[in-house]
Amino acid sequence: MDFLLSGVMAITPAQIVMYLIGGLLIYLAIVKDFEPALLMPMGFGAILVNLPLSGAIDQVMEGIGETHGIIQWLFETTIEASEALPILLFIGIGAMIDFGPLLSNPKMMIFGAAAQFGIFFTVALACLFGFDLKDAASIGIIGAADGPTAIMVSQIFRSKYMGAIAVAAYSYMALVPIVQPAAIKLVTTKKERMIRMPYNPKSVSKTTRILFPVIVTLVAGLVAPMSVALVGFLMFGNLLRECGCLDSLSKTAQNEFANIITLLLGITISFSMRAEQFVTWETLLIMVLGLVAFVMDSVGGVLVAKVMNLFVKEKVNPMVGAAGISAFPMSARVIQKMAVAEDPENHLLMQAVGANVSGQIGSVIAGGVILNLIPMFIK
Amino acid sequence: MFSPEAIANLMIALKVMGLGMLSIFIVMLVLIGVVALLTRVNIGGKKDAE
Repeated sequence: MDFLLSGVMAITPAQIVMYLIGGLLIYLAIVKDFEPALLMPMGFGAILVNLPLSGAIDQVMEGIGETHGIIQWLFETTIEASEALPILLFIGIGAMIDFGPLLSNPKMMIFGAAAQFGIFFTVALACLFGFDLKDAASIGIIGAADGPTAIMVSQIFRSKYMGAIAVAAYSYMALVPIVQPAAIKLVTTKKERMIRMPYNPKSVSKTTRILFPVIVTLVAGLVAPMSVALVGFLMFGNLLRECGCLDSLSKTAQNEFANIITLLLGITISFSMRAEQFVTWETLLIMVLGLVAFVMDSVGGVLVAKVMNLFVKEKVNPMVGAAGISAFPMSARVIQKMAVAEDPENHLLMQAVGANVSGQIGSVIAGGVILNLIPMFIK
Repeated sequence: MFSPEAIANLMIALKVMGLGMLSIFIVMLVLIGVVALLTRVNIGGKKDAE
């Protein structure tokens, strides 16, 4: 009868912590509706890979030798070997994005750049806390507010903290409605938050919509070649949407394709949540640094908007700057809600949506830039 | 924290910050210029409902 108890006897305290973390992620996904498509599979996967002698990961069994586990195989083939899952997800994301509000008000792109500040600030802070450059860069990219980019960068840098980074990225994306208002209020006055921005959209030609994804890929690819996979697949998805002759493919990319990849990505990334890797003090530190990244993204966007206001005639509401993060459309909605709370007549949704979709571009470019720059400085 | 290696890495991170933000702003400014140009030239002339 001993074999019936062998699993129970083999449970370690760290694995029990992982069951609690898995349960917490499932709770946040189902009850609090925090990024359920990712956190639920990750939470359940965290339990699967932490069961003693789990068949979901590779094991060496007496009398048989090595057996292969499905989650480990998925991880090694679709993330470790090729970064395929996070990159493929960008086709779906690109097909979902309407760049119209941005194209009709292109100066909002400034905020898509400014709100990446948190990434670089956090890289510096993580270095100060003793992480090496590759791990610091992987942690900083949590500030991209973009799960697939965070997973891809941390995988390319072979960071052992990928599990914690993915959990932090997706958790804070879900917490944008709590994190951003606090950060914005920290660096703006009530008067600034009440600035009105008339919305006078210019019409956008079909040709512009079609050329935009091609041009973004060319420009970003020439400046940061490592961003080509990320930007290229994002823009390929958008071209499917805008070309007008591939509606069926565009709809598939937005729905079935994106859903299948999301489902697999969540459960696959849980391989990096094995107790021996995840239950460390560094994980707690990464969660704190991730929060700093999101706060500093918002602060960066707001401060650049304030600087812009020194030079432009038509003032920009600094809150719109904070919408330049990649968490779409949550961040734009947060800004609209804050604007209406300060002045019920002040509607900033479309301006914030413009900044928010530019954040999608900014975050993947930031990922590529980090991948280009860090190796230049590593001896 | 604050070990000599950490300080050396911090210096590199600050350089990465400068170069990285500069690169992203350059890409975005080029894109703003291109979109403004496309809007002005309005190639094709067909406009959508927006």
